[in-house]
Amino acid sequence: MIGWSFLAAVLGILCWLAVAYGLGRPPRHGRLLGWSAVGSLWAVTAVVLAIRFFLGMGAMSHMSDRFPWGVWIGLLQSGVALSGGGFVMAATVHIFHLKRFEPILRPVVLLAFLGYTFVALTLFIEVGRPWALWHPLAMWQHHSIMFEVAWCVTLYFTVLATEFSPVIFERLGLPKAVSFIHAVAIPVVIAGVILSTLHQSSMGSMFLIVPQKMHPLWYSTLLPVFFFMSSVGVGLCVTVIASFYSARVFGKTLDRWMLADLARAASVLLFLYAAVRVVDVTARGVWGRLGDPAWLGALFLLEVVGGALLPAVFLSRRSTLERPRRMVWWGLPAIGGVVLNRLSVSWFAMVPYTGSGYVPHWMEVAVSFTLFTVVVTVFGLAVRYLPVFPKESSVVS
Amino acid sequence: MAPGVSRRSFLKGAVGAAAAAALPKTFAHAEGRVSKGDVFSVLVDLSRCIGCRSCMRACQRANDLNAPQEWMDIDHLDRRLDLTYNQWTVVNREGIEPSILRHVKRQCMHCLEPACVSVCPVAALAQTEQGPVIYRESRCIGCRYCMVACPFEVPRFEWNNGLTPVIGKCQFCAQERLFKGLPPGCSEACPTGALKFGKRSDLLFEAKTRLGSHPEKYVDHIFGEEEIGGTSWLYISDVPFEKLGFKTNLPKRPLPSLTWDVVSWIPGIAAVLASLFGVLAYSFSRKPHVPPGGAKKEDA
Repeated sequence: MIGWSFLAAVLGILCWLAVAYGLGRPPRHGRLLGWSAVGSLWAVTAVVLAIRFFLGMGAMSHMSDRFPWGVWIGLLQSGVALSGGGFVMAATVHIFHLKRFEPILRPVVLLAFLGYTFVALTLFIEVGRPWALWHPLAMWQHHSIMFEVAWCVTLYFTVLATEFSPVIFERLGLPKAVSFIHAVAIPVVIAGVILSTLHQSSMGSMFLIVPQKMHPLWYSTLLPVFFFMSSVGVGLCVTVIASFYSARVFGKTLDRWMLADLARAASVLLFLYAAVRVVDVTARGVWGRLGDPAWLGALFLLEVVGGALLPAVFLSRRSTLERPRRMVWWGLPAIGGVVLNRLSVSWFAMVPYTGSGYVPHWMEVAVSFTLFTVVVTVFGLAVRYLPVFPKESSVVS
Repeated sequence: MAPGVSRRSFLKGAVGAAAAAALPKTFAHAEGRVSKGDVFSVLVDLSRCIGCRSCMRACQRANDLNAPQEWMDIDHLDRRLDLTYNQWTVVNREGIEPSILRHVKRQCMHCLEPACVSVCPVAALAQTEQGPVIYRESRCIGCRYCMVACPFEVPRFEWNNGLTPVIGKCQFCAQERLFKGLPPGCSEACPTGALKFGKRSDLLFEAKTRLGSHPEKYVDHIFGEEEIGGTSWLYISDVPFEKLGFKTNLPKRPLPSLTWDVVSWIPGIAAVLASLFGVLAYSFSRKPHVPPGGAKKEDA
């Protein structure tokens, strides 16, 4: 109880500050308040992690033999999906040569890199034997989707680091290294796009093995397709939102026609995604399971209608596309929809079958939330100290 | 590496699987099975089990486990036991009415095409050629995907170990006894003949004989004969299985084929994407370059 109250307080302070800064009215001691909230969260999480690594996961999570994968898996999968902007924008700029999107490529690649760092850190904590995490690279079992995911994520992490490395090299004043990366940019980007396509969909394929455990509204042989499509759609939404807030917080000029193009593309993807979900449920004839149980049916509707269809409709309207703030407001439910989808697939849709009353321990939530604040902090530091945003003329990254 | 799986058999499996990837779907499916020929098997006759829990104690001894012993007696049948990482088999009283109370032994079913083996990214779970599905701690990364994938919810995790937790499940006494020519500890200890060890085809024949000779007594079903492609452990019962907590809605199709259908596509997808994007990137790059900054003004 004390733990949940603590989390709620930290979350409340940070949300309030985010809204206040977003509205352009930072409170007088906002910075101090924010850092003390984040600092105390990090201190508590350090203790939580000590418990995790000394006493085992049983001491700080509500996962059990009946429910071996908890909230971390869903959030990890959300992290992968939300990082989808990286490969979408890299393909747009370098493969389709739409060079006008180049100014936002660096921050988006950085975001994706940090998103995967979030995933890797979560994995390090979530896996029982983190010191053995390199095993899939050496001990092959190519029948396993997880094996494929491990390879793809590792390689893609390398690709993202390579794509972002010119920023570091520029800062260090190494023009030769920069031009070398530019020389190999196209193959690296193509490799990144392939790896992303494969493992974004594989995150869904992982659940193909549990046909009897997952609620039929979610279980479909098209899971890999759903995961891939939604990652592209939500990746574009994240790009819009990140560009908007970066421009606002770091005082950069905002090219809102570029944002509008991205939002329009996102709306097409989200609409297709919602349509395929609806067609899938219709084709399998499982609409009847909508009320069984009712709360799951409500989650499904919230996810497909509220998290994909409505944002798709509103992001395609002229009145939305003319105002960046509205694009942000309609991007947020799309992000929520995808996060809810990942949580549903890995958690909620399994509840009726497993009959487990799993609810995450506050310590589990604290760990994930800490990793999120770490990612945001590192992004802020990188933007401040590295040439992430182009100054005037856009530089090939 | 465990003695049960020699390097040669592992390589053979890898080569076979690689060959399977190249073959059309129907052949690939047949090649997915590691165990060749007739596998080791146990027939459980629930009508003969008296709930003495001798098998539980024998399992502890045979595998050098250290679960608390005090509840493993017939006197404590009112206490429900659950599988744990160091309790690989349990016997519980199942059923609601007194007339259908039976004692049901649970352990890993040792599927002929195990989902846990197919999902394990490091082959910590592996199927030996003689059938038993074994666990190799030295490979495990603790991802618990096996627990999610198992249709019988058998693998268990050591939740109170921070850095070296293990997955625990019945090994069929493979290395301790089977490969030395001994029957598994539990079936050797069973005093009533409720557990019968042998080759799967022999035991299927035996089960059908028992069902055929006493149709008035037995339920006409051998649990494990066809469930998710068949299991090495087979159950017959005189009380309907669904009343004893068995999962009776399991598909007959082996689960690994569900993901293999996708995994086997991956090299093809990668190749197609690589050539597609290669051609695209090349063709777009040949267009005259718009000077940086110029494009923005044109669009705006």
